[in-house]
Amino acid sequence: MLNRLLSHDLPRSRWLALLLIAIVLGLALTPFIFPGTKALNVAAKMMVFIVLVASFDLLLGYTGIVSFAHTMFFGIGAYGVAIACTQMGPTWPAVGVGIAAALAASLALSTLIGLFSLRVKAIFFAMITLAVASAFLSLASQLSDLTGGEDGLNFKVPEALRPSTMYLDAPFLGAAFDGRLLTFYLLFIATLLLVLLMLRIVNSPFGRVLLAIRENDFRAEAIGYRTVVYRTLSNVLSALFATLAGCLLALWLRYNGPDTSLSFEIMLDVLLIVVIGGMGTIYGAVVGSVLFVLAQSYLQDVMKLSAGVFEGVPVLSQLTSPDRWMLWLGILFVLAVYHFPAGVVGRLRAMKNRV
Amino acid sequence: MQALLELQGVHTHIGSYHILHGVDLRVPVGELTMLLGRNGAGKTTTLRTIMGLWKASQGSLGFDGQTLPAATPDIAQLGIAYVPENMGIFSDLTVRDNMLLAARSAKNLKQMDTQRLEWLFGLFPAIQKFWLAPAGKLSGGQKQMLAIARAMVEPRRLLLIDEPSKGLAPAMVQNLIAALRELKATQTTVLLVEQNFAMARALGDSVAVMDNGRVVHAGTMRELAEDAPLQQKYLGLSLEAHA
Amino acid sequence: MSTVAASTAVSTGPSAASIPKSQFDFIPLLLVAVLAALAWPLIGSSSTWLTLTVAGLAMGMIVFIIASGLTLVFGLMDVLNFGHGVFIALGAYVGLSVLAQMPLWTGSSELWRNVAALLLAMTAACAVAAAVGWLFERVLVRPVYGQHLKQILITMGGMIIGEELIKVIWGPTPVSLELPVALRGVVTFGDAAVERFRLFAMFIGALVLAAMLFTLNRTKLGLLVRAGVQDREMVESLGYRIRRLFVGVFVAGSALAGMGGTLWSVFQHGASPQMGAQVNVLIFIVIIIGGLGSTLGCFVGALLVGLMANYTGFLFPKAAMFSNIALMAAVLMWRPQGLYPVANR
Repeated sequence: MLNRLLSHDLPRSRWLALLLIAIVLGLALTPFIFPGTKALNVAAKMMVFIVLVASFDLLLGYTGIVSFAHTMFFGIGAYGVAIACTQMGPTWPAVGVGIAAALAASLALSTLIGLFSLRVKAIFFAMITLAVASAFLSLASQLSDLTGGEDGLNFKVPEALRPSTMYLDAPFLGAAFDGRLLTFYLLFIATLLLVLLMLRIVNSPFGRVLLAIRENDFRAEAIGYRTVVYRTLSNVLSALFATLAGCLLALWLRYNGPDTSLSFEIMLDVLLIVVIGGMGTIYGAVVGSVLFVLAQSYLQDVMKLSAGVFEGVPVLSQLTSPDRWMLWLGILFVLAVYHFPAGVVGRLRAMKNRV
Repeated sequence: MQALLELQGVHTHIGSYHILHGVDLRVPVGELTMLLGRNGAGKTTTLRTIMGLWKASQGSLGFDGQTLPAATPDIAQLGIAYVPENMGIFSDLTVRDNMLLAARSAKNLKQMDTQRLEWLFGLFPAIQKFWLAPAGKLSGGQKQMLAIARAMVEPRRLLLIDEPSKGLAPAMVQNLIAALRELKATQTTVLLVEQNFAMARALGDSVAVMDNGRVVHAGTMRELAEDAPLQQKYLGLSLEAHA
Repeated sequence: MSTVAASTAVSTGPSAASIPKSQFDFIPLLLVAVLAALAWPLIGSSSTWLTLTVAGLAMGMIVFIIASGLTLVFGLMDVLNFGHGVFIALGAYVGLSVLAQMPLWTGSSELWRNVAALLLAMTAACAVAAAVGWLFERVLVRPVYGQHLKQILITMGGMIIGEELIKVIWGPTPVSLELPVALRGVVTFGDAAVERFRLFAMFIGALVLAAMLFTLNRTKLGLLVRAGVQDREMVESLGYRIRRLFVGVFVAGSALAGMGGTLWSVFQHGASPQMGAQVNVLIFIVIIIGGLGSTLGCFVGALLVGLMANYTGFLFPKAAMFSNIALMAAVLMWRPQGLYPVANR
């Protein structure tokens, strides 16, 4: 049964399986195990990133396409919900309209990008998506009447999801049963379903063709698969999942702005996670996102401790300064591309043979 | 006769395709050796392997008693010139610049050997005529002449030429034969891949026939020309018919 | 034929009438003029148009300096350095540091002192960028020749690391800069005011262009680069170690980006560690428009982008970024390989 749930794509490694179980349980029980708002926020961010990075893995890991426009679709999803709730009031129909509109916009855009750019070489495509994403970012800042410009949009969510809505008067097992908790579990269920859906897609015949195209597109074309169609579909699917991730983000934060979802930093983070986690595995996105968000949120505190050691030493103190954690991540990323192309997941799976 | 170039048991793989299955080839110094065989026999692959453009997976390649280096520029620096099937003309550069590039020892135009150039102009009048024209504007035959002239712009020890007469009009082929005859007169060693048997007969001193990635016959041209059954066996036709 | 006659023939060739000359493609160059002409009625006032046009051309020149190395490297070795921006930022910061050390020279109202200070800053930026470029190629790029996907990832990684190291050395906050005294202000042509510094930038840009065109067209080295862009294998078969050539071009490209970075930061009155990533997008658009591998294309593309940015910045500020994308799309629909496609192997 588990086999069918995971679409026959088992972790294939004791360590990986343990890690995944720990992650699922940890996320599911966060409100009870890790008290406090920060932990809840961190967990929510992890879940959103899991969906976002997994959708990028579909594109990069399985189809071999580098697109820098991914965060654009993330932003479309977030803005869709934000704008709908702002313009139409915080109701469930508004949320529905927002999600539907965002998906439609993403569908149209990704199809356009796919068809226009996929006829060109990979390098061209990467550059063009970079340009398009930048344009979109500036557009979002410019259309301030609609998007709130640089400041973004603060909005209310439907009553059921609001923190002020209490379902139980007293906290249960340490967690307050309010709208926030409900939103959290909404995110959890959604993330679980979306990841399982993506697993189903990549392990389907469609997914196998994608892998074939990634390996050798000439051969795939020669066998009879129209690679343009498959690549476009992959683009579209990945964009749609990213859009849904954006919707989830907006519902949780009750805010969206250019930096929250459209910034280039997020794109780079996604790229780093996918490579370090392990391209072409989906599980890599899960593990990688959890590790990354954990590091991003707590590593700086840890680094503050060690920074004290190098206090005063001119360059070393800067190198180990908690603000410079991106430097180490970048180095790790480069090393990962060279030496661990299969990422953390690949490493864990390779270990299985020796364990 | 001394062998300038010697291949022994050379295998070449391209990706997962095994093209050369143990090529043994001796190219005697100062002679023009024909490399014959039908399409797909591995002739071009052999030339490219010698030139280092494709790596031999097995076997030895010796030049003048030493092992051939691995890198193409080093191989060329030994005095080996390559005229590929597609001629390798830089179409955006002028004819003059194409020739200048090939003249390694000349840092600029003034340092080029004018006497040698004169000789080449005589052999290939088109080069002089279109000296300042972009090489891409030349006709197919003229490009071929340029490609060979480039290989001759400085004295070389070995020329590898791949199907120069392909797609050329008969009159051009005659020019080509004349030019190559002059080249032979300079005692330059040549390994010539051709399917045009008239050319083969007119120019070849030694001959090697390839089939299925191996050299299946090696000997003198005269032997092959006098032995019709042999021709039939290895080439599928008689050289007489293509005089 | 006597040797004298022969050598004359070698250098001048037969009568010009009989040679098919290459038809120089003027159309892309005309596009620049067309764009400028189109903008004039939209802008209305001649003096504003002049100011904007000069501003656009100056910006284009600087972008050209920065992008020229990138396009050559791609044309020659099929390597696209997504981290090219790091050399821009590095050049900017080194240049700024040098200028900061010379307050007497930059504060002086004598033009030659200002220019000398700037030239010194640009030279330092070139040198440092060249050194880092050499390291970049050696450590990051060389192991991934031919693997486009890994190239994109690794060079991006290189940019992240570079950006962070800049923050380590110079601090994470943006730095601002005052123009050297004598280069401030404007030169007036009747009604129109043209910033002095922009004229200076145009002048430098023109010098760089001239030097590049000279090297590419009149020296054997340039010949090698142009031939290598067309057919790498054949150049190697002629006996040239194209790898060394490539490293040289990569380093030169990085140096040029560094120089351009200094100019850019003076242009923008400051530098930030993220400036590399920001300019990256712009230069990609430029080299796509120009045709990957073509220097002249890069030049025309840069001018077009510079003009476009300034015209739309004045006319439709909200659409500034989009205007460049639209320009790129329009050019690609007309010539899918860019303005001056490079005939490739």
